[in-house]
Amino acid sequence: MTAGAAGAVGAGLRSERAPVYVGAAGIVLGALSFWVTLPPVTARYPAWPIVLGAAAAAAGAFAAWRGARRVGISAITVGVLGAALGILATHSSVSNLVQVFTWSSLLASMFVFATPLTYAAIGGMVSERSGVVNIGLEGMMLMGAFWGIYGAEKTGSWVLGVLIGMLAGGLLAVIHAYFSIHLRADQIVSGMGMNFLAVGITGYFFVQLYHGENVGANVPRIPDLNLHIKDVYFLGPTFGHLNLMIWIGFLVVALSYVVVFKTPVGLRIRSCGEHPRAADTVGINVYAVRYGAVITSGLLAAAGGAYLSVGFVGTFNENMTAGRGFIALAAMIFGNWRPFGAFGAALLFGFSAALAFKMQVYDASLPGIAVLINILPYVLTLIAVAGVIGRSTPPAADGRPYKKQ
Amino acid sequence: MNEPAAAPEEPGQSLAARLALQHRLGGLAPPILTALLAFLMGGLIVLATGHNPITTYRGIWDGTGLGWLYHIPWDTRAESLAALNLQQTLIWTTTLTLTGLAVAFAFRCGLFNIGGQGQYLVGLIVANWIGVSMAGLAGPAHIALAIVLATLAGAAWAGIAGLLKAMVGAHEVITTIMLNWIAIYFGAYVFGQGGPLQGPVASNPISGDVVQSVRLPVFWGDPVLQGLHVGIFIALGALVVFYIVINRTTLGYEVRTVGFNPDAAAYGGISVKRNYFLAMAISGSFAGLAGGIDMLGWQYRFGTLDVYSSSVGFLGIAVALLGRNTAVGTGIAALVFGALFYGTTHGIDPNVFKPELAGNLTSMVQGLVVLFVGADVLILYVWGLRRKKLRMPRLGGRGV
Repeated sequence: MTAGAAGAVGAGLRSERAPVYVGAAGIVLGALSFWVTLPPVTARYPAWPIVLGAAAAAAGAFAAWRGARRVGISAITVGVLGAALGILATHSSVSNLVQVFTWSSLLASMFVFATPLTYAAIGGMVSERSGVVNIGLEGMMLMGAFWGIYGAEKTGSWVLGVLIGMLAGGLLAVIHAYFSIHLRADQIVSGMGMNFLAVGITGYFFVQLYHGENVGANVPRIPDLNLHIKDVYFLGPTFGHLNLMIWIGFLVVALSYVVVFKTPVGLRIRSCGEHPRAADTVGINVYAVRYGAVITSGLLAAAGGAYLSVGFVGTFNENMTAGRGFIALAAMIFGNWRPFGAFGAALLFGFSAALAFKMQVYDASLPGIAVLINILPYVLTLIAVAGVIGRSTPPAADGRPYKKQ
Repeated sequence: MNEPAAAPEEPGQSLAARLALQHRLGGLAPPILTALLAFLMGGLIVLATGHNPITTYRGIWDGTGLGWLYHIPWDTRAESLAALNLQQTLIWTTTLTLTGLAVAFAFRCGLFNIGGQGQYLVGLIVANWIGVSMAGLAGPAHIALAIVLATLAGAAWAGIAGLLKAMVGAHEVITTIMLNWIAIYFGAYVFGQGGPLQGPVASNPISGDVVQSVRLPVFWGDPVLQGLHVGIFIALGALVVFYIVINRTTLGYEVRTVGFNPDAAAYGGISVKRNYFLAMAISGSFAGLAGGIDMLGWQYRFGTLDVYSSSVGFLGIAVALLGRNTAVGTGIAALVFGALFYGTTHGIDPNVFKPELAGNLTSMVQGLVVLFVGADVLILYVWGLRRKKLRMPRLGGRGV
């Protein structure tokens, strides 16, 4: 594994910069091959995306052959995907395309779908940076979704609702932390236990308290932040009416970057994840740091879940997170355990979800394709962990219990 | 992955080694205690929400049909209901035995196969495709073809994860989770509106029915009322195959050795990569077989909603962990979870306890079992006295 990485790096150093630029141009061409088929250009002949996609793949192949492997293979992937999506788009009617690809509304929708992923992915990043794998993000999110809407309904305040939801997710995280840190259980097994437990608990109380039906129309919702930029071209419709939790999500990303990478606390978290023994030796309380990080991840994942129920949907359904916790995990890995990387991946995955959603609503001509677009995040993550595009490196002590001496 | 400074009394690094250590330390007691504790905590939640846990569990027990085993011979009415329930319980046991083995086999190689659900679904999809499309084939040949291809599909699906693990070291937990969701959305696509396997009704996102001749024969109960099909014998056969492969073959020896300590295995001349790939592929074949048998045995068709709500692959994780990744243990745990799953979701009398509530009780028990089994240190603590005598697991372990 390391030998391959070293080889790729070595090849990259030997070659000149030119292949990298060719590869980058290939990525642009690949994106273009899809873009030309969409409004406002709306090319109607499949030849356009095919030619552009093929050019992208050729540029990528050249770049990969000349040593820029990472960029080259990215360009090939983007080219093939762009051509495929472009061909699909030419089969769709122009009016449908206009409705699906109203860019401002598509991007606004992307933020809606990306926000639950963002919270959970940042949470997962904090936990894994401290050395505890949190595969239970899905369960913690689900707890946040149910107890968030329960709290909002009972207290009549969305703020309290979100806080109660976060508390429930945090509680589940405490259990995960206790089993992973003190009992040194296998963290993946414990995390899966959390997921099953959360499905059971939320489902049980949903039936017990609400008879498995709509939580109610009077639930206070998280408000949208209405900016006075309505008339500003493109920015108005995109950012003008985003939910408050989406904006807080942006702040959480920036804050998590500062805390994890620019403060002493972050240094402690990361050292516990890279070499807990060394951290212990210099006087860092590894257990305390890990507890804090895991509980933070639970609070954040649950905040994402609470946004889903209290902010976005307005009610609860059994197992309503439907795998979003796992996509968040994928976003974190795709983003290479870094805040902005995870955020970017969450946006990409949110975009594919928004696209699938819009296609289902507006374009009945290709019903199956909308479902298939949901696969994109998982395929991209598979490619990412396979090390074809770059290399994902988890913290060195990720998933390994630490025993004090 | 080995921390150099690990203390000698630390449980083994790999999960397989840790579970084997527990097995040696506690024997049968820890899994039984684990299950009892999980049921007890489930009962506490039932009690806390204002229901009577004793009548609830009594109702679930009646719903499982296990009462048939000790019914009074002349009470024909009770017998027929209990028999009907027991047949369903055993149908679920069949599926869970196989999805449990899928998780257990990988565990023995030190791999955590979370992808049983996806492997099960690809098996199911392939079996449906063969079962619907090749209607001209003779029954037995058709059945064999569908089941073999379903098994291979499961093996291939898990093999992707095994290959990625072997070639680039990609963590199998991540890759199998991704493959699960790819299979789920792919299943929703093929059975959904406009999908290639959608049935005759254009507005229904449900597959076509597999032809009569390819359905597995029912040997107990009324075929119309979904009696017990012969697939249970295939599952029992799979248990035997699992036992023999793990304990009596070179492959099984290598798989277990890699599971205990990949570095030592490599030092001893065993190809760790080859075993990672093979263990995943064999794991997946069990889950794919489960999908094939389910399709031909009693599902006959599958819809988009079924794809989203199916959870037998995930239940397999709890089955394998409770069964300590052994053949006999997995079989028994599959019966426990098969009974629990059927008893709570379908078998229970709705007047005694709502099935919707009871079904979620199953998820809770499942979660608690997984959680407690993962906490081997807790068990080591409980069995602390014996721990002093047995510091390290003997390589090879007893494997039943």
